[in-house]
Amino acid sequence: MNNTRLHQITQQGRLLWQRSVETARLMVGVGDYERYREHMLSHHPDVAPMSEAEYFRHCQQSRYPGKDGNIKRCPC
Amino acid sequence: MMSVLLWTGVAAIGALAFAMLALANGETVNALWLVVAAVSTYAITYRFYARFIATRVMELNDRRLTPAERHNDGLDYVPTHKWVLFGHHFAAIAGAGPLVGPVLAAQMGYLPGTLWILVGVVIAGAVQDAMILFASTRRDGRSLGEMMRLEMGNTAGLIGMLGILAIVVILLAVLGMVVVKALVGSPWGVFTLLATVPIAILMGVYSRWWRPGKVGEVSVIGFVLLMLALWYGSVVAQDPQWGQWLDLKGETLAIGLIIYGFIAAVLPVWLLLAPRDYLSTFLKIGTIIALAIGIVLVAPPLKMQAVTRFIDGSGPVFAGSLFPFLFITIACGAVSGFHALVSSGTTPKMLERESHIRTIGYGAMLMESFVAIMALIAACVLEPGVYFALNSSPAVIGKTVEEAAQVISSWGFVVTPEMLSQMARDVGEASILSRTGGAPTFAVGMAKILADMIGGQAMMAFWYHFAILFEALFILTTLDAGTRVCRFLIQDLLGTAVPSLGNTQSWGANILATALAVSAWGWFLYQGVTDPFGGINSLWALFGIANQMLAGMALLLATVILVRMKKMRYVWVTAVPACWILIVTLTAGWQKVFSPDPKIGFLSHAEKFAAAIERQEVLAPARSLQQMQQVVFNDRVDAVMALFFIGVVLAMLVYAVRAIIQAHRHPGSTVSESVVVWRAEQAWREEAVWHE
Repeated sequence: MNNTRLHQITQQGRLLWQRSVETARLMVGVGDYERYREHMLSHHPDVAPMSEAEYFRHCQQSRYPGKDGNIKRCPC
Repeated sequence: MMSVLLWTGVAAIGALAFAMLALANGETVNALWLVVAAVSTYAITYRFYARFIATRVMELNDRRLTPAERHNDGLDYVPTHKWVLFGHHFAAIAGAGPLVGPVLAAQMGYLPGTLWILVGVVIAGAVQDAMILFASTRRDGRSLGEMMRLEMGNTAGLIGMLGILAIVVILLAVLGMVVVKALVGSPWGVFTLLATVPIAILMGVYSRWWRPGKVGEVSVIGFVLLMLALWYGSVVAQDPQWGQWLDLKGETLAIGLIIYGFIAAVLPVWLLLAPRDYLSTFLKIGTIIALAIGIVLVAPPLKMQAVTRFIDGSGPVFAGSLFPFLFITIACGAVSGFHALVSSGTTPKMLERESHIRTIGYGAMLMESFVAIMALIAACVLEPGVYFALNSSPAVIGKTVEEAAQVISSWGFVVTPEMLSQMARDVGEASILSRTGGAPTFAVGMAKILADMIGGQAMMAFWYHFAILFEALFILTTLDAGTRVCRFLIQDLLGTAVPSLGNTQSWGANILATALAVSAWGWFLYQGVTDPFGGINSLWALFGIANQMLAGMALLLATVILVRMKKMRYVWVTAVPACWILIVTLTAGWQKVFSPDPKIGFLSHAEKFAAAIERQEVLAPARSLQQMQQVVFNDRVDAVMALFFIGVVLAMLVYAVRAIIQAHRHPGSTVSESVVVWRAEQAWREEAVWHE
């Protein structure tokens, strides 16, 4: 097997792993911080983005029933 | 050409599997045939029907920007990779329901349950999920309640919200009862469940202050501790003093659960709710995968008959004949109203392309249905005698293994007292009699399958308590989150009368609303636990009716939307399942209230007991006149609940029909979708403009 092929496979493996981690985190309501930060930097450069810890707390807070009593997960 | 051959092949294999299942003729059938029948059904309907819905009915268009793209804020509205979002959506719709309903339905044999789980998901469940996801995506990710208001008027929206509040109350009570029934007289189970509280708090503190955001890390720590607690639980249960102390009665467990629910719901979410949610979510996904692998590798035979004599409605697990009660009992695995709330929750705000609705809306529900099929398999690999011993109330089978074996054998399901005590020893419990509620049966079945794969007989007790822990953990998370849902709904309602009570920041209002929420479900829970007939009997039926009714409402909404879009040709896609579900829920509701058979009808049952009280006579299994009065009162409250649900669904029907007639008379489309922004234009609007 040549080097580029091997490189491709490890690349794909890494992508698969990243996606799996992203999926598992989103399953419990924690989104992708890097994407959020990039979005804030590119679209709202004048606003300081939340830190990673703040972002995590925000995700936790908004996952569970809030003001309008919305149900985000099937309780049954 | 290749594709024609391929799909003909899939259809042929599926047909063969169905033939094997249906024409078993008294011989045992391997569970793999059930898996093959299910998977080929899913493959064919996903390929053809879901595609038809996506391209013809919805006319999904990837050039049309989704809310996630138009409102991208990096937080709530985020375009998300298709399969990542699929995982998120599946985790959000998969709950304890599909593990309970099919287990109860197994009393009629594996065939009726299998058929409804498959037909139901294809024509109703997956259609509902996909249609509501579609509707919400076209409306900036609006919630079900908002869409009902938007399409059918304010009153319809309010009635819908009241209905949802009542359903959540009944649901929490019934789930609480599943936990209580699984933990009665089980010190091992009680210990592990108690241990989850300090473990979760430790995890909460860890991810709040020490390592915020390290979800994987904290979950691994929690999981290891949980397994240690599970292992140590068997030691504790053996201990003469601790074992006795944790050997609790149903009433004690119910009160404990109510107090726990109150405390958990007023604590900040990061301390207990969120970390336990990590454990229960990952444990659930892991268990589903493990069970699927186990079924395929072990290929267990189905011991249950294809169709039992209990389709006539005389079964001990739940009363009522196949129509309508099978459809009410299976509930979530075939079609679940709550999914309409999830499909109009976070998922539409993260959809990257419209065409993903087919995979995420329709596909994830097919997967959920497969979970229900696995639960049905878990129940049906047990000896039928053991199944009925687990699921019949003591009023029917008595309290000793000898009595139970005699009664159950007289039904034609041969079982010996030794088999029943052996099974109890195998799973490390004092007794397996009358462990109603579905969870213990699922746990025994799963333990049997997994022990065949890993560890053999010696591991069976571990796997049993693992399964109980996984279900109980999951249900505690739901009790906590559900109580919060009720609290906010109650505060909304109270706020309209006394504005200060609607303030969600106020501690006083918060505690008052939480107390009201907990006492509402707590009342039904306690009533169910003390019910001499076992409680699951009446409460699961009420829940099933309510949940299916919500699905009916969602499908009616989808029908109204199709008419407003002027898609009359395709209205049957949602109208047919909506009609079927309305027929089922209304018939079941009516029978539960008015059936002259006291086994089914709440009122005739109350009547029977009231008449006996007049004569100063105590009817078994009640033991005192006071208990008799309790039975009468409970029956009447249950009847009122059922009537309330019927009222809600009829009101929604009226509003839906009115909206349909209005939209039909109108010459053009009257749909209230948010403004269309095409991809090529790259137009960017901060706020959607609504047009009626």
